Order: sequence, then structure tokens, then C-alpha cells
Amino acid sequence: MAVGSVQGARERAFWVIGSVAIVVYALTPVAWILSLSLKPSGSLTDGRFVPREVTFEHYASIFEEGFFTSALRNSVGIALLATLLAVVLATFAAYAISRLDFPGKRLILSGALAVAMFPPISIVGPLFNMWRSIGLYDTWLGLIIPYMTFTLPLAIWTLAAFFREIPWDLEKAAQVDGATPFQAFRRVIVPLAAPGVFTAAILVFIFAWNDFLFAITLTSTESARTVPASMAFFTGASQFEQPTGSIAAAAVVVTVPIIVMVLVFQRRIVAGLTSGAVKG
Amino acid sequence: MSQAAEPVIAEQVDDDEERATAASRGDRRGGDRRRGLTDRARAERSLAWKLCAPAVVVMLAVTAYPIAYAVWLSLQRYDLRFPNERGFVGLQNYVDVLRAGLWWQDVAATVIITVITVALELVVGMALALVMHRAVFGRQTVRASILIPYGIVTVVAAFAWQFAFTPDLGFVNQWLNTDRAWLTERATSFLVITLTEVWKTTPFMALLLLAGLATVPDVLQQAAKVDGANAWQRFFKVTLPNIKAAVLVALLFRTLDAVRIFDSVFIQTQGANGTETLSILGYSQLINRLNLGVGSAVSVLIFLIVILVAFLFVKGFDTELSQARGER
Repeated sequence: MAVGSVQGARERAFWVIGSVAIVVYALTPVAWILSLSLKPSGSLTDGRFVPREVTFEHYASIFEEGFFTSALRNSVGIALLATLLAVVLATFAAYAISRLDFPGKRLILSGALAVAMFPPISIVGPLFNMWRSIGLYDTWLGLIIPYMTFTLPLAIWTLAAFFREIPWDLEKAAQVDGATPFQAFRRVIVPLAAPGVFTAAILVFIFAWNDFLFAITLTSTESARTVPASMAFFTGASQFEQPTGSIAAAAVVVTVPIIVMVLVFQRRIVAGLTSGAVKG
Repeated sequence: MSQAAEPVIAEQVDDDEERATAASRGDRRGGDRRRGLTDRARAERSLAWKLCAPAVVVMLAVTAYPIAYAVWLSLQRYDLRFPNERGFVGLQNYVDVLRAGLWWQDVAATVIITVITVALELVVGMALALVMHRAVFGRQTVRASILIPYGIVTVVAAFAWQFAFTPDLGFVNQWLNTDRAWLTERATSFLVITLTEVWKTTPFMALLLLAGLATVPDVLQQAAKVDGANAWQRFFKVTLPNIKAAVLVALLFRTLDAVRIFDSVFIQTQGANGTETLSILGYSQLINRLNLGVGSAVSVLIFLIVILVAFLFVKGFDTELSQARGER
């Protein structure tokens, strides 16, 4: 008995230490960039992990610069619109895939998987050329279209997995009561499916918020350049000054929405990420 | 591509497969069966197609069409700086790319980064998954914190680690008591890039593995324990064989993701010190040099590499899974 409980306590301690290690692992770089963003310019290069004194000068300076606020506006607008469009299209498709009987279903799911594996760099050149000739280069829509495309597979798979769990008898009941398939979809299923749709929306938003490749290749000015892209082009106040403080402050600002979403919706994000993958 | 991907699908959506094959069996029975479709069934089909059409059209228009266009561009001499010299050159761009030492150096860099990161991620991700699976204390905190690297913008992660390793700025040299310039040498540049990638993407791997762990019945563990198996034996003989499918799916997605690595290399070294990856090469040809012909040839070659990797994985899936079935 005694041996057993000692062993149990030891095992417990092992897992607790493991948990603490995970938290440290995950938060160290975030704490580091936060610390950098709060250090006064004079002590940026002191190499200390915890700042000796705290200042908001870098935040003040990036928000004074027009290009950061416009980049932030672009990031928010583009990510939200891409999310909306991708989720609407994916909801339609996932409903059909999980509920309706039609030939071509497997082809659509395989095709979506193929798109998920597609290397974005392969279409950067063609999109760059096409967008220049049809006037989408350096516009919001020019980024929304690729973001929507590359998140559709994830959204379709996630939603289809969620839709399979919905009690569909309710839909039949509505149809027996005389509703058309479309009415049954809109009135009964949409409210039930909302949590799944929400999960897909979070994942799509994170993708669009994160993208760098399309953002630097398909934009050239403040009119559509998003925060990750603009961070790569930050310059210091003078030629000899590194923009470290500004970059760190911008990094923290662009990380805040992610941290909020993770704290509030962690359960949904985990469910969404793993829904499609482990069904087999 | 879609054909290569099919076995994965088959594993993942068994019920769909049944429904789909049932449907195609119905089709094969011929005309009178088709005529026999009720109005309701016909309406269902047409609704289904209408609902899927927008997503399908978008995906085709933004992937299939541009890749075809990339193939077309790759067969031309097409440099935006010299637009008048545009002309059809056949496979010349491919010959030029494949003959260049730079291409092979970038292949090597990409392979190095992919193999090291994915291998490390599997080990670290498995450790994280096991801890999260067992942790009874602070589960919410652990899960929330592990999602932060997953959600954080890659560019931000790249800057954070770059600053950490920059002499006179970062804490790493301070802690290790050295004045090494990490991002100026090849090996240490790879180290920083790999560390960034592993930090950022291991959580995704861990969550997929965790979902796999949740499907292993606890009874098996208990039984092995009673039989006197130690922790290592239980992991390698009981847990691992039962989550093979989850491991393979996680490896597939992470490998394809690692092959197209771009953001962190672009931020941290811009491809200097022999760390240039294939995606960086494509970018510099297309966007910096505005050479759409050669750049598109690089793009198409990367596309083919991704197809090859996916194909090999799916082959591996098939044999692994059929072996697993045979054993049982």
C-alpha cells in the first residue's frame, strides 16, 4: 500500500512538472517579445529577459505612424471578410456532403484535401500576373480570394464532421410538416450547426491573420498590406537605428487577438483541429 | 493529386464511402433506375450540386487554373524586366533550373529543415500529448497555453526567436555566456530556424496525437500493467500501435507544411548562409527578379515535389494500415 501511494505521488509529480514545462515552453517567446516591446530604447540591448523599467513609447510610436494603423485595419478587414466568405461557402458544401445523397461527393472531399496540401508558392506567380492585369493587385479582394480558397478545405472538413453529429430527425420532422429542403436547412439546421460554424470561423480567421506569403507578394502599398507583411518592411527612425522596439510592439498587438481567442475558445479550436483528422 | 489522396479519405469518412458507393451502384444499374429517381431524390441532387458549386468553383479557379497557368508560363521566356523578349522556349527553363547548383542547394536546405523539424516535432509532440493526456491538474491552462504557439503569427514567432538569438539584444547569449552570432553561420542558422518551426508547429502535432491517444482504451493500459509491462513497454507495445493512423496523418500534414517553409526563413535569414529554401527561391525569382518564366518553372517543380511526398505517404498509409488489419 505504502509503496503504491509513494509511486502514485511520484507519478503525479512527474505529470505536474510536465504540465509546468509545457506552459513555460509555450509562453517563453511570447513573454520575451512582450518584454522587448516594453523596454525603453536605451536599454533594448541589455539582453535581460525581464525589463528593468517599463515604457509604452514603442506602442505610442507605431500607432503614430500611419502605416501600422492602416496595416492593422487591412489585417482585421481582410481576415474577417475572408472568414465570412469561406464559412458561408463551406457551410453550404458541408451540408450537402454530410446530408444529401449525390454523385461526386467523394471527389469534392478528395479535391478539398488536395487543395489543403497545395503549396501556395506554386500559384504566387500566376496570381501576381493575373491580379496585375485584372486590377486585383494590392487590393483587399486580391488577398481575400486566396485566403478563402486555402481555408475552404479545412472549413469544409471541420463542418462536415460537425454536421454528422447533428440530430437530423429534426430536419425530417420539419420536412414532414411541409418545409422544403431549403427551409429545413435554414430554419432548423442553421441554429443547430452554429457552434460548428463558429469553430470553422475561428480556424479560418487564424489562417488569414497569420498569412505572410500572399500578403507580401500580392500587395505593394498601405492600401492592402497586412500587419505580418508590413512588419517585414519596418524601418528604424534613422538608418542606424534598428526598429526592434517597433517590431516587438507590433508583434504584441497582432498577438493579442490570438491570445484572446485561445483563452475564450480553446475547446472549440481543439475540437476543430482534430475533428477531421482522427475519424479513421 | 486527388486520386492519390483518396485512400486517406476512405479511412476518414467510411460512412460517406458507403453512401457514395451505394449511389454509384444505383447508377450502374442503368436507365430505368435513373428514370426511377423520385422527384424528391432529383431535387436533393440538384440542391446538393448547387450548394457545393460555389466552393468547388472557387477552389478550382484559385488552384487548378493558376497551376495550369504556371505550367504555361514556365514554358516561356518571360521576364517582366524585358517584356519584349517574351517567347516560347519549351522545357528550357526547367533545364536551366535543374542544372543550377542553387536549385540543388535549396533542395538540400529544404530537406534538412523538413526532416529535422518533423522528427523533432514527432518526439516533442508525443511528449506533450502524453502529458496533456495524463495531466489531471491545470488541464485548461495547459491546453490554452499550447494553443498560443499554434495561433501566433509565424512572422511574430520568427522575430521573437531571431531577437532572442541576436548578440547584444537577446537573452540567449546572456544565459549561455557567449557572444556567438547565431544567424551568420549555416549550422546555427538552421538551428534557429528549426527551433522556431518546432516551437510554432509542435502544438498542432501534439493535438492530433492527443486526439489519437483518447481513442486508446484505458483497459489495454491496465491489462499491460497487470502483466508487468513497464512504462516504456506500455508505450511502445500498447499505445503506439494503436495510434498509428493518427501519427501518420499528423506526419503527412506536417511534412507537407514543412516542405513549403517560407515565413521564418524569410524573416530570419532571407535565405542567407545556405538556408535558402525552395519557397524562398520561387519568391525571389518571381517577385524580386520578376522572372515569371524561370520562377514558374520553380513553382511547378515544387508542386511536383509536394505531389510526390503526398503520394509516398499515401502509399505508406496503405501498407501500414493493411498490415495493421492483417495482424488483427
